Amino acid sequence: MTVRIFVPRDSSAVSVGADAVAKAIADEATRRAIPVAVIRNGSRGMLWLEPLVEVETPAGRVGYGPVTVADVPKLFDAGFDRGAPHPLCIGPVDAYPWLAKQERLCFARAGVTDPLSWSEYVAHGGSRGLRAALAMTGADAVAAVTESGLRGRGGAAFPTGIKWKTVLDTAADQKYVVCNADEGDSGTFSDRMVMEDDPFVLIEGMAIAGIATGATVGYIYLRSEYPYAERALMAAIETARSVGVLGDDVLGSGRRFELHVRRGAGAYICGEETSLLESLEGKRGMVRFKPPVPAISGLFGKPTVLNNVITFASIPIIFDRGATFYRDYGRGRSRGTLPIQLAGNIKQGGLVEKAFGVTLNELLYDFGGGSASGRPIRTVQVGGPLGAYIPESQFDVPLDYEAYASIGAMVGHGGIVVFDDTVDMARMARYAMEFCAIESCGKCTPCRIGSTRGVETIDRIIEGRDRGAQLAILEDLCNTMLSGSLCALGGMTPFPVMSALKHFPQDFGLGPDGLAAAA
Amino acid sequence: MQETQLQRVQEAVARCRDLPGALLPMLHAIQDDLGYVPPEAVPTIAKALALSRAEVHGVISFYHHFRSAPPGRHVIQVCRAEACQSIGAERLVARLRERLGIDFHGTTADGAVSLEAVYCLGNCACAPAVMVDGALRGRVTEAVLDEIIDTAALVDEHVGVAGGAR
Repeated sequence: MTVRIFVPRDSSAVSVGADAVAKAIADEATRRAIPVAVIRNGSRGMLWLEPLVEVETPAGRVGYGPVTVADVPKLFDAGFDRGAPHPLCIGPVDAYPWLAKQERLCFARAGVTDPLSWSEYVAHGGSRGLRAALAMTGADAVAAVTESGLRGRGGAAFPTGIKWKTVLDTAADQKYVVCNADEGDSGTFSDRMVMEDDPFVLIEGMAIAGIATGATVGYIYLRSEYPYAERALMAAIETARSVGVLGDDVLGSGRRFELHVRRGAGAYICGEETSLLESLEGKRGMVRFKPPVPAISGLFGKPTVLNNVITFASIPIIFDRGATFYRDYGRGRSRGTLPIQLAGNIKQGGLVEKAFGVTLNELLYDFGGGSASGRPIRTVQVGGPLGAYIPESQFDVPLDYEAYASIGAMVGHGGIVVFDDTVDMARMARYAMEFCAIESCGKCTPCRIGSTRGVETIDRIIEGRDRGAQLAILEDLCNTMLSGSLCALGGMTPFPVMSALKHFPQDFGLGPDGLAAAA
Repeated sequence: MQETQLQRVQEAVARCRDLPGALLPMLHAIQDDLGYVPPEAVPTIAKALALSRAEVHGVISFYHHFRSAPPGRHVIQVCRAEACQSIGAERLVARLRERLGIDFHGTTADGAVSLEAVYCLGNCACAPAVMVDGALRGRVTEAVLDEIIDTAALVDEHVGVAGGAR
C-alpha cells in the first residue's frame, strides 16, 4: 500500500530545506522500492521543527522533525514509513502538546491539507461559510459579523461589522473588497501562512465580504517580499474560478465576485490602508487624509471593504459555525482567537492561535520554551516595529486589546519578537526612529522630519552629549510625532522608543530613575 | 537601452495599460522581464498612461523595490528587521559587507552580486533570514552565507563558460 508522506511547501519550511527533503524521501523510497506518495502540505506552524515530515499511519499522522537530507536514509532504516520511533519522532502530530493546546479556528486546516486542493478544502469544512452567507440577506450577513465581535486583525482592531455595514449602506454603482496583505511588521507571518498554507480560506472570506456588502470586485494587495505566497494565491484563485467560487455566478447563486492579486513594491507604509489604496491606484503610497473613510470613499473613490488577511480568514468559520460560536472565545471586548506569531530569539517559534487572554509568560515559556540562545529573555516587542517593548514585569498581562492599551502597549497584528539579555535597547530605540525615517511617506512633517531628528537625538544620548537636555528634546519630539502625525507610522514610532527608554534607562546611560546622572 | 529592451518595454506597456491602476503592474512587468526599469522607458510609460514623466519617476523612486539600473547577476536581500536582529542579523550584514566589499544597494565590481536590505521576509521564526535570487533561506549562519556567496561565484563561472561556447 502506498504510504502518504507529508512535507510542507510553506516558504519557511522550504527556507530550511523542505524541497530537498521531499526529493530525498521520494528518491530513497524509489531506491528501496517502497511505494510512497509525497504530499506537499502546508505548515502546522511549529516552525522550529521544520522541515516537519509527517507519515500517515493507521493511528494518525506521526511527525519527524527537523529533518535534513542526511537524516532521510536513517529514517527509512528506522521504519519511519510505518511511523516507527526515531530520535526525531514527535509522535502523533495532532496530540503534540504545542499544537493540542491551541484553539485553531483560522488555522484549522493549515498543515493538515494540501493548500491547493479544493476537494480537501471542502472535505475539511471549507466553503460552508460562503454557502451560508449566500442564503442570507446582506443586512443579516453584516449583522452576523457584528455579533461575532470580530475586530480588525491588521492591528487597528476596528469592529469589522461596523466597517462592513458602512459599505453596505453606502449606495454606489461599484464597490470593492480589498485585502491588506502587506504584512510588513517584523515578527509577523500569519498572513503569509494563510496565503501559502490555506489560501482558499482567504478567498472564501473575501467572497463573503463581497456578497454581504454588494461588492463585486476584490483585490489582494500583496507585498513583493512574498513571492511564494503570490504563487500560491495565483494558483488558488485559478482553481476557485474553475470550481465556481469566483466569477459571474458564485456557487450557482447568480451573484458575481471576481478577485485579483496586486503586488506591492517594498514600501512599509503601504500597509497603512489609505496609502495602500493610493498604491493600488498606481500612485506613490502617500497617506490620505481621513475622513472620508475607505468604507465610504475608498478604492477609485468607491465604497471599499478593506481588511487584513486574518480578518477575512476569520470570516468563513463565523458563517459556518455561527457568530456566537466565535464570540464565545476571548475575553472582554476582544472576542475570538488571535493567531500569535512567536519569533526572533525563541527556542520554539511559530504560530500559536489562542483565544484572547493568553499571557506572554505562557507564550514565551510554555509554548516558546525560552530563548533560542539559552540566555534569559529580557524583553519582547509585541505588535511589530510600532509596538512597545515590554519588560518581564508585564509578562503576566493578558493579551487583549484593552489590557494592552492600558499598559501603553498594543496587540497589533499579534507578532511577538523575543530578545535575550544581550540586546542593547538604546540601539533598538534608535532603530525604531531609523526605520520610520526610511519608510516615512513624507506627507506629514512630524514623521518625515521627526524621525530623522529622533535618530540624531538618540545618537547624542548614547554618546553622552548633554543627556538631560537631549532627553527633554526626545520626549518633546515623541509627543509631537504622537499627536501630530497623519497615520500610525509617525504616530506610533514613539511607542518602542519611549518604552525602551522607560523600562531600560541604563542602556541609554541613565540612572534607574531615567534621569541623566549629574555631570 | 537596447532596441530589444525597448520592444519588451512596449510589450509590457501594451499588456498592462488597460488595467485599473495600471502603473505598478506595468513597472513590475518591466522589472520582472528586464531586471530593472530603464530610465529611457519612462517616456513610453508616461505617454501610455497619460501621466507626466515626473509622476512616473516619482512612483519608481518612491518604492524600494524598483530599480533604475540593472542589478548584479545575483541579488542577496538580507533582512534587517527586529526579529532577525534579535538573533544575529547584524553579524550577517557585517559578513556580507566584508566578503563582497560593498554596502547596501551596491553591486560588486564584477557585476556578480547586488546587496539589498529588506525589512521582513516573513520568516521570523526561522531567523535570521535572507533571500537569494527570490529563494528564501532561514536559520542563516555566517557559514551558510559563505556557501551562498561561493555558490553564486561557481554558478557564474559555469554561465561564463556556457556563454563563451555560445
